[in-house]
Amino acid sequence: MSKFEGRKIYKGRAEGEALVTSEDISFYGGCEPDTGVIVEKGHELEGKSVAGKILVFPSGKGSTVGSYVLFALKKAGLAPLAIVNKETDPVVAVGSIISEIPTIDHIDVSKIKTGQKLVVDAGLGVVSIVE
Amino acid sequence: MGLELTKDDRDMLDGKHGKAARKAMEIITALGEIYGAKRLIPVSSVQIAGVSYHNLGEAGLEYLSDMAEDGQVRVLTTLNPAGMDLTEWKKHGISESFAKNQERVVEAFLKMGVIATCTCTPYLIGNLPHYGEHIAWAESSAVCFANSVIGAMTNREGGPSALASALTGRTAEYGFHLQENRVAQVRYNVEARIENTDDFGLLGQVIGARTKKAIPYITGVANATTEHLKSFCASVATYGGVALFHMEGLTPNRTQVPDKTEVIIQDELDAARSELDDTDIEIDFISVGCPHASIKEIAEIAEMLESKKVAKEKTVWITTAKPTKDLAVKMGYYDTIEKAGAFLVSDACCAVAPLKGRFKGLLTDSAKACFYARGKNSFKTRIRTIEECIKEAIA
Repeated sequence: MSKFEGRKIYKGRAEGEALVTSEDISFYGGCEPDTGVIVEKGHELEGKSVAGKILVFPSGKGSTVGSYVLFALKKAGLAPLAIVNKETDPVVAVGSIISEIPTIDHIDVSKIKTGQKLVVDAGLGVVSIVE
Repeated sequence: MGLELTKDDRDMLDGKHGKAARKAMEIITALGEIYGAKRLIPVSSVQIAGVSYHNLGEAGLEYLSDMAEDGQVRVLTTLNPAGMDLTEWKKHGISESFAKNQERVVEAFLKMGVIATCTCTPYLIGNLPHYGEHIAWAESSAVCFANSVIGAMTNREGGPSALASALTGRTAEYGFHLQENRVAQVRYNVEARIENTDDFGLLGQVIGARTKKAIPYITGVANATTEHLKSFCASVATYGGVALFHMEGLTPNRTQVPDKTEVIIQDELDAARSELDDTDIEIDFISVGCPHASIKEIAEIAEMLESKKVAKEKTVWITTAKPTKDLAVKMGYYDTIEKAGAFLVSDACCAVAPLKGRFKGLLTDSAKACFYARGKNSFKTRIRTIEECIKEAIA
């Protein structure tokens, strides 16, 4: 079992399957608030849903309205279970806090692969690959 | 290392001042930690963005309603434009359903004690910080104006983080709150004719695109009015993300002058204008007031429209803040403008109103308005002086 230590952005614990991208995500305009599907043209995750996954990506980008998209996803039950970043940007940070999504950063996201089972303990700033 | 909190900060974080204050403090402290702030500082003025229902959507409104359950602002807090004129929306062609939702957004803010100014130029109507004052503003054009023209100190806040500062009276001390981050980085010498608001917008576009986030020190601009500077701020923030600039002889911040100098020539401004001028444009919408028009601009427009008639196939929006509109009513400018068939629209603007599909081509004096007209509404655009815009309207 590999274990990585990072930094807490928003507390909470989650267990689930990783959805990983090496590209930054813009939630405003890049992710549909009523489906959770990434719709940014040409994005590695285009067509994939973030719902119920542990979403692993380097950082956020784009408009500050993105924070409200994460909030909309949470309200619709379509939010990621947790977020793991290399460097959390303010849009995602604010989105995680207002939506209460466990979030950590300072993690080498290239070490995590899509489909792996993860446990995130954001309060402790730890993510573990369990399978 | 670590963010130092006062007892009051800690009490808010522990929920002793309610749910909304706790959530707000969580946002402020998280941003402080991400950016390596050592402490929180008081702010005395807040400007909130994210007001148009068109941008917020139902989820954004729900968040605001949650915060409004027990949230109360602690400092002077004003609002960005909404998606419509809050009183005269019907005659501007806004739908009942949009109006209802927009009113719910404004009500949530009112419940929190926010002053529903609904303008992107709070500094023209009573939210005017002084030199060196720490504030937390969203709305990129106003951020740039506050930092650069006034010399107040603010980061580029987003909607939720500005609201968080309003509910706590605090912000984390990082970025533009620290003097060391306000030093000019690149000097731009302007060797071009800069006379009207459209020129200043084009200059902002050129410098913004070149400098990205590096702080510009601008020389070669001899004179500028407040209206010119607000146009420049809107553009340089839109095209470059600039939150602070220095303009020699015109802005108050002291800074070292960068060694590195770049020159801006007339050709570049002309190229910027051509870039915003779509060739096969059919102008059916003319809008002035991005950022919101000042009373001086409205007086000048009224004079141009005196005893004139706007062409049938054209719609004209002069957008401004409500208190400025009230003043225009008192001075008779409103009647002159509306009698000519143009609209003096308060609280909203052509960038945040739900206008997609209603028009084909926008003529404006604002480089920022062109950006949003294209990106959000798929309009074609042309940029000219205010005078030329009005001439076209009555042609």
